[in-house]
Amino acid sequence: MAERCAVIGVGQTHHKAKREDVSIAGLVREAAKMALADADLTWTDIDAVVIGKAPDMFEGNMMPELYLAPALGAVGKPMFRVHTAGSVGGSTALVAAHLVKSGIHKRVLSVAYEKQSDSDAMWALSVPQPFAAPLLAGAGGYFAPHIRAYMRRSGAPDHIGRMVAVKDRKNAMRNPYAHLHLADIDMKMVEDSMMLWDPLRYLEACPSSDGAAAMVLAAEDAVSGQYPPAWIHGTAMRSEPTMFAGRDQVNPQAGRDCSADVYGQAGITDPRKQIDVAEVYVPFSWYEPMWLENLGFCELGDGWKLTESGATAFDGDIPWNTSGGVLSSNPIGASGMLRFLEVAMQVRGQAGEHQIDGAKLALGQAYGGGSQFFSMWVVGSAKP
Amino acid sequence: MSAARRTPRPVSIASFAQSQNVRRDDEHNEVEMLMPVIAEVFGTIGITKDDVDFICSGSTDYLIGGPFSFVMALDAVGVWPPRSESHVEMDGAWALYEAWVLLQEGEIDAALVYSFGRSSLGNLNEILALQLDPYYLAPMWPDPVSLAALQARALIDAGKGTEADFAAIAARSRKDALANPKAQVANDIPVDTLLEDDYVVSPLRRHTLPPITDGAAAVVLAAGDKARQWADKPVWITGFDHRMETHALGARDLTSSPSTAQAAERAGVAEGSIDVAEIHAPYAHQEIILREALGLDDTVTVNPSGGALAANPLMSAGLIRIGEAAARIASGQARRAVAHATSGPCLQQNLVCVLEGE
Repeated sequence: MAERCAVIGVGQTHHKAKREDVSIAGLVREAAKMALADADLTWTDIDAVVIGKAPDMFEGNMMPELYLAPALGAVGKPMFRVHTAGSVGGSTALVAAHLVKSGIHKRVLSVAYEKQSDSDAMWALSVPQPFAAPLLAGAGGYFAPHIRAYMRRSGAPDHIGRMVAVKDRKNAMRNPYAHLHLADIDMKMVEDSMMLWDPLRYLEACPSSDGAAAMVLAAEDAVSGQYPPAWIHGTAMRSEPTMFAGRDQVNPQAGRDCSADVYGQAGITDPRKQIDVAEVYVPFSWYEPMWLENLGFCELGDGWKLTESGATAFDGDIPWNTSGGVLSSNPIGASGMLRFLEVAMQVRGQAGEHQIDGAKLALGQAYGGGSQFFSMWVVGSAKP
Repeated sequence: MSAARRTPRPVSIASFAQSQNVRRDDEHNEVEMLMPVIAEVFGTIGITKDDVDFICSGSTDYLIGGPFSFVMALDAVGVWPPRSESHVEMDGAWALYEAWVLLQEGEIDAALVYSFGRSSLGNLNEILALQLDPYYLAPMWPDPVSLAALQARALIDAGKGTEADFAAIAARSRKDALANPKAQVANDIPVDTLLEDDYVVSPLRRHTLPPITDGAAAVVLAAGDKARQWADKPVWITGFDHRMETHALGARDLTSSPSTAQAAERAGVAEGSIDVAEIHAPYAHQEIILREALGLDDTVTVNPSGGALAANPLMSAGLIRIGEAAARIASGQARRAVAHATSGPCLQQNLVCVLEGE
């Protein structure tokens, strides 16, 4: 009953620590206009707008879709605001996809953003709440103990995290839109950087970025654009409780269930073999080996071996985070969408310097909160 | 918008529950406020969370004053094993829309929708000012009552309503609320007495303002066999749409609601007679604007629940309109109803849902 849906246009800003040249409206408009141009469309061709971002407290603008409606050409149209923590960029794309798959709309603009320089994420994440343990450490402090637990379980050596930090930053050198362009990055430079949250050093953590991402999704009979469409082969979201004794925060059940769902829809039985390229939410280096296992690219405990072997490098057999990933650009609300967007670019053959030759089937993954929220999609160059 | 209206997959409002609406609930956190509502919305139709395929909630971080207020709220459902779940930073009526969209695809048949908010925790005049353009408007802290007063003044100037009309709407709503056990403000006060109130912001007197409310609500949506299993006579959603207007108040005619009219046309409100309308009009004068935009004549019963003037739990007041309208059909008091929800200053964004019995 569901209609086919494809990505027909993508756009993103130049991600930077401070985009002082634009307002929030200017930021989202920059990405949206680029996506429209890529799709050979104008504002009037769009039926509905779906916008996502992380907590409103980051910029101090409550329900910003109200303010952003005219900037995104949404006046007179349905406009929808998604918020599912760090996975929101992915979830926003999925909500837009459902508006097309359901047959309700033909062309939907999805946009996600964060303007971290207008905000103080560390403060906004650490506001004291009644009956809740204060975090006071931002996301890195939250995830570091889970990384330690992973290292203990798997016996992974210390240098794996540094390898991921170097690999993703080298990939970012191929991506003109990436925030960090660290031409000299190497293992020594990462090792010499300041320890933030043991075992995470400064260069093993994501930056704070201003940035936006946008995609135009269309029904089969509304396909247009500069490049072939990226067909959506599967979409899935999963959530699990934040705290309970049976929860495995190193290898969350919600992530495993989410990938099983999306692989089932896309006919994927052997992800390492069938998926040509993956963009996975890795804000802290060690999440690459952890998600390799969670996403079924290898057996439990073997994720770090894949990373160490170079399998996930640009010239490996399963390139991960060809864009440079979250480690190279992190406009939080947009970070999930950038994962989904990069894989769409890959199967459309429009990724330029970071294009993987012959990429036909690709996985985009985003996670959020304390890794209890997941959203994923699989896109391909062929129709599902 | 003249495109032929698509016939949606029939989806029913299988169950609806709401908390007691109160001025200030100090005894419960958000999870504790939601738990009895979730239990009731499942319990009245004899199902459990295992019977729904998707969960979507609506809330805003700004009421609790912390990030991710929806995260812990999910504990009211208990998502283990993990569930397909999403959240909108919008009124629960839009969460219901997202779930309805998923049900349109035909791959799932049931969804839980809920919303919650404690307006009492902060100062709403300050909080809602943060909804405005962060560069040019919010720094001046225009409060929502003053903005609504601008709209009411424009309405008077346009000859579309008087202060006595506003008072009559408030009096009728709160008198009807006497029959609503969940209402926060219910009374029977003559219009003449109400007009003796002082102005809060001219031309708005206290009785034309919504109460400040803590509350939560939930709905179960069902399609296919489940809709039949869970109700003898399902209440169907037969039209559903929502539309946005510009944020610039100066660029809008505040005495009309073109986005509501647009959504009403897309939802097919005029394709049959309407028996009952549940309109989300937080300020009394907004009912006049919305009645006109929805094309409702004097034969339509408007807000028999008392509407948002009787209880205005932020983030749930729109979802409650859908639940209340469905309840009128389920009880046989109405056959066809329209429910409406709004968001933003002076009715910037509006949603219209048409419901029908069999």
